[in-house]
Amino acid sequence: MQQNTVLIAMPENARQVSSSQEASFPAAVSLASVSRHFDAVKAVDQVDLTVHEGEFFGMLGPSGSGKTTCLRLVAGFEQPTAGHIAIFGEQVDGIPPYRRSVNTVFQDYALFPHMNVVDNVAYGLMIRGVGKKERRRQAEETLELVRLSEFVDREPGQLSGGQRQRVALARALINRPKVLLLDEPLGALDLKLREQMQVELKSLQRELGITFVFVTHDQSEALSMSDRVAVFNQGRVVQVGTPVDIYERPETRFVADFVGSSNILEPAFCERIGAPSGLWSLRPEKIRLAPEGLSDEAGTIDVTGEVRHVQYQGATRRCVLAVKDTELALAMPAVGVEPVVGRTAHVRWRLDDMHGMKQV
Amino acid sequence: MNTRDASVTPARGGVWGRLSDLFYRRPAILLALLLGPPLFWIGVVYVGSLLALLVQSFYSIDEFSGRIVREFTFKTYLELLRPSNLDIVLRTVLMAATVTVTSAIIAFPIAYYAARYARGWVKALFFIAVMLPLWSSYLVRVYAWKLILANEGVLNWGVSKVGLSPLIEALLSLPVIGGPSLAFSYIGTFLVFLYLWLPFMILPIQAALERVPVSMLDASSDLGARPGQTFRKIIFPLALPGIVAGSIFTFSLTLGDYIAPQIVGSSRLFIGQAVYVHQGTAGNLPMAAAFSMVPIVVMAIYLWIAKRMGAFNAL
Amino acid sequence: MRFNRSGAPRRLKLAAIAGLLFLHLPLLLIFLYAFTTEEKSYQFPPPGYTLKWFSVAWERQDIWDAFMLSLKIACIATGAAIVLGTLAAAAVARTRFFGREVLSLLIILPIALPGVVTGIALRSAFDIASIPFSFWTIVLGHATFCVVVVYNNAVARLRRTSSSLLEASLDLGANSFQTFRHVLLPNLATALLAGGMLAFALSFDEVIVTTFTAGQQETLPIWMLSELVRPRQRPVTNVVAVFVVIITFLPILMAYYFTRGSETIAGQGK
Repeated sequence: MQQNTVLIAMPENARQVSSSQEASFPAAVSLASVSRHFDAVKAVDQVDLTVHEGEFFGMLGPSGSGKTTCLRLVAGFEQPTAGHIAIFGEQVDGIPPYRRSVNTVFQDYALFPHMNVVDNVAYGLMIRGVGKKERRRQAEETLELVRLSEFVDREPGQLSGGQRQRVALARALINRPKVLLLDEPLGALDLKLREQMQVELKSLQRELGITFVFVTHDQSEALSMSDRVAVFNQGRVVQVGTPVDIYERPETRFVADFVGSSNILEPAFCERIGAPSGLWSLRPEKIRLAPEGLSDEAGTIDVTGEVRHVQYQGATRRCVLAVKDTELALAMPAVGVEPVVGRTAHVRWRLDDMHGMKQV
Repeated sequence: MNTRDASVTPARGGVWGRLSDLFYRRPAILLALLLGPPLFWIGVVYVGSLLALLVQSFYSIDEFSGRIVREFTFKTYLELLRPSNLDIVLRTVLMAATVTVTSAIIAFPIAYYAARYARGWVKALFFIAVMLPLWSSYLVRVYAWKLILANEGVLNWGVSKVGLSPLIEALLSLPVIGGPSLAFSYIGTFLVFLYLWLPFMILPIQAALERVPVSMLDASSDLGARPGQTFRKIIFPLALPGIVAGSIFTFSLTLGDYIAPQIVGSSRLFIGQAVYVHQGTAGNLPMAAAFSMVPIVVMAIYLWIAKRMGAFNAL
Repeated sequence: MRFNRSGAPRRLKLAAIAGLLFLHLPLLLIFLYAFTTEEKSYQFPPPGYTLKWFSVAWERQDIWDAFMLSLKIACIATGAAIVLGTLAAAAVARTRFFGREVLSLLIILPIALPGVVTGIALRSAFDIASIPFSFWTIVLGHATFCVVVVYNNAVARLRRTSSSLLEASLDLGANSFQTFRHVLLPNLATALLAGGMLAFALSFDEVIVTTFTAGQQETLPIWMLSELVRPRQRPVTNVVAVFVVIITFLPILMAYYFTRGSETIAGQGK
C-alpha cells in the first residue's frame, strides 16, 4: 500500500491507490456521495467511501460525527437522503436490512432477552426455516468459534459483558455475512478485556476472511485494529488511510488533533523559529531534548523554551514547553534526563518529521 | 455484477415479505396503518363526542313541548348562570378543593413511609394495598360507606361505645355541613370522596419522593437543618409536583362524580348529579351538556396551572 | 424525624398504617355484612351469621344476567383496547411524526376528564347521530377509557425496549412481520396482558359512563346501583359486592405480577 518513504504525504495519494484497486473487482462496500440529513441536521454529508474485500476497516470520529449513522446506512436501518450505497457491486437502495447479506454487532449487543444463548445465535437460521437440530448444531459450532461453547443454554441475563458480546458476534457470524458491521464493539468492556478482544477480533477476521467494518471513538483502538481508517468529523469523512497514514501524516488540523495529540505549528510560529512556512503537524515523540547551542546537523529545527509541566506516565514522560506564545507537547522515554519545571530547555526535531496540512 | 457468489441482496418471503419491503421503502404507509384505527377511535369517536357535547350545549329545550330545539343559542348557558345553578358549581368546587387538600395531608405520610422506609415485601404490600382500591370496586367502595355511616352502623356503634356520641351530634348540628345523620350530610359525602380518591394522591407523591436521593436529606441535616426545616425546605418542594399530579385526579374525579353524593349525602346537588338529572328524567340534554362544560373548563384551568408547576413530570 | 435507613419514626409508621387501614377496613366490613342474618338494616355488630345469602344470590337470574352482560362487555372492550392501544403505542413510541404529542394527549383525555364528561359526551353524540342505545354503545363507552390503560402500559414497555432489539431482528433476516411475531410481541406480551387485566377490571365495575350509554341494559354495577338507591334484599347486594371486589381484585393482582420489577403501573389514574 502506502510507502512510508513519502515524507510529506499529499492528501490525494491514498485515494488514488484505492481507486486503482476499485477497477479490478467490486468493493465490499462503497458509498457514493451519500448523505443522511435529519431535517436541518446533516448527520452524514456527501460521504464517499470504499471498503475493500477482506479488509478490517475502522470508522473513527467523535460522537455525533456521523460514523454510526454511516454504519446504519450500510446495514439498512437508515436510508440515505441522497447518494448510493453498493455492497459487492450491488446497489442496495430501498433494500431492507433483512435482505442484505450484512450483519451487525450492536453496541448494546441487543441480545433477545426472551431467548437463551443458543436460540439467540440460531435466530437467523430459524427465520430462514432451518430445522431445529441443524440450527443447534450450527449454533454450537459458531459459539465454539467465539470460545463460548459452555454457555449454550444460559440466559443472556446470566452472562458478563464480554460473554454477551461473544454471543452477539456469534449471532451475527452464523449467517455468514459478506460484511460484518460492529458498532463500538469494545466500548462497554473494561480495559483488560478490551485489549484481549482486540486481538481476538483481529484473528477471527483473518481466519474467516470476512470484511469487518467497525465504528469507534477510540483512536488507539482504531489504529491498532484497522487495516484502514476513515476519520469522520461533522458528518464528513476528513481522511482515509492506513493507521500509519492517519497518525504520521494527518491532512487536517482536526485529524492531527483527534488522532493522538499533535503539535500544530502555525505559519506565524514557523516564521519565528526559522522553519519553512506553512501549517504543520508535529508528533510529541518526534521532539527530543538536545544539548544547548545551535545545531550543526542539517535539516533540523532547534528551539528553546520554558518547561511548564512534567507528567510521569510510566514508560514515557510528557512535558509541555512554552516557546514564545506557543506550547509544545513532548513525549520522551522516562529513563532519560528529567526536565525541571520553570527551567529552560532546549529541544530539536527533524524537518522530515513535520507534516504539511491543508489550510483549514 | 458479482459473479463469485450468490446475490448479496437475496429476495425472500412471499406476500408478507413484499409488504414488509414496501413498509421499508415507504415508512409513511406503515405509520398510517398503525395510526389509522386509534386515530379514528380517539379522533372520531371521542373527540367527536366532545364536539357533540359542545354543540349540544348551544341547543336549548322548548319549555312547553320538552323537545330539544336544534338551533344555536346562548339561552342554555344563560340559564346556567342562575343562582341555584351557580350554587351547585360553587358547592362542587369547594368540595373538590377540600377533598384534595385533606387527601394530600393524609396521603403524605403513607407515601413518605412507602418511598423512604418500606423495603422488600412491605413495599410490595404497600403498593398493592394502594393499587387495588385505585383500580377497582368503585361502586362497592361507595356502598361500604353507606354501611358504615348508617344510624345503626359501625361508626355510631363505635362512637357510642367510647362515649363520643355528643361529639357527632355537635358536628351534625353545625350549619351547612351538618344534617339529620352522617349518611345525609356533607360530612358523609366528604368522607366518601376522601376514601375514594385517596389512592390517586398516594401514588404520585410516592413516585415524586422515590426520586429524592437519601443523600440529599443527609446533606440537609449534615448542614445543620432540623428535621422540620429539612421537610419544609427539601422534602416538601420536591414532593410538590407529585402532590399537584395527585390533585389533578382528586380534583377532577370529585368534580365529575355523581354516584357518591347520590348515595351518601344531602339532597342538594353536585355538578355530576345536575348533569345526570338534566339528561335523564328532565330530558334536558342541552342543559346537561352546558353543565358538563363546567368541569372541563375548571380542569383546563387547573391543568394549565399544574403544567406551569411542572406536575406532569411526576405522572 | 431522622433520615437514616435504620427505621422510620414511630409516628410516621403509625400514620402510614392507619392510612392503609382506612383504605381497606371498609371493604372488610362488606365481607362481614355478606354473612349477616339481619335483612332490613345495616345493624352492627350483626346479630348472627349465615351462609344463606350466597345461595339466595346464586339462584337469582337477574344477577346472573347482569353478570354475564358485564363480563361480555368487559371482554370485548378489553379486546378492542388491546388492539387500539398497542397500535397507538407502537406509532407513538417508534416513530416521530407530526401531531405525535397531540395524539398522546388525546389518548389520555378520557381519564383526565371526569367520567361524567365522557358519559354525557357520548350520550350527546348518540343523540345527535340518532344512534339508539344498545350493547354496543356500552362497549363503545368502555373502550374509550380502556384504550388509555393498555396504551400506557404498552408505551412504558416500548420505551424500555431497546430499539436495537428490533433492528437486530431485521438485521438477522426477519422481515417486519417476523420481527413483530418473534421479538416485539414476546417482549410486549406481559405489558399488554397487564394493561388488558386493568382494562378488564375498570370495565367490569364501571358505572359512571355506563349509565349514560346503557339505555335499558343492566350491567352488574348498574344492578348494584339500583339496589343501593332502592334496596330490596340488602344481604344479597352485599354478597354481590363481595363478588365484585374479588373479580376486580384478581386481574389487578395479576397485572402487578406481570409487570413487577419492571415499570410500575402507578399513577395512571382512572
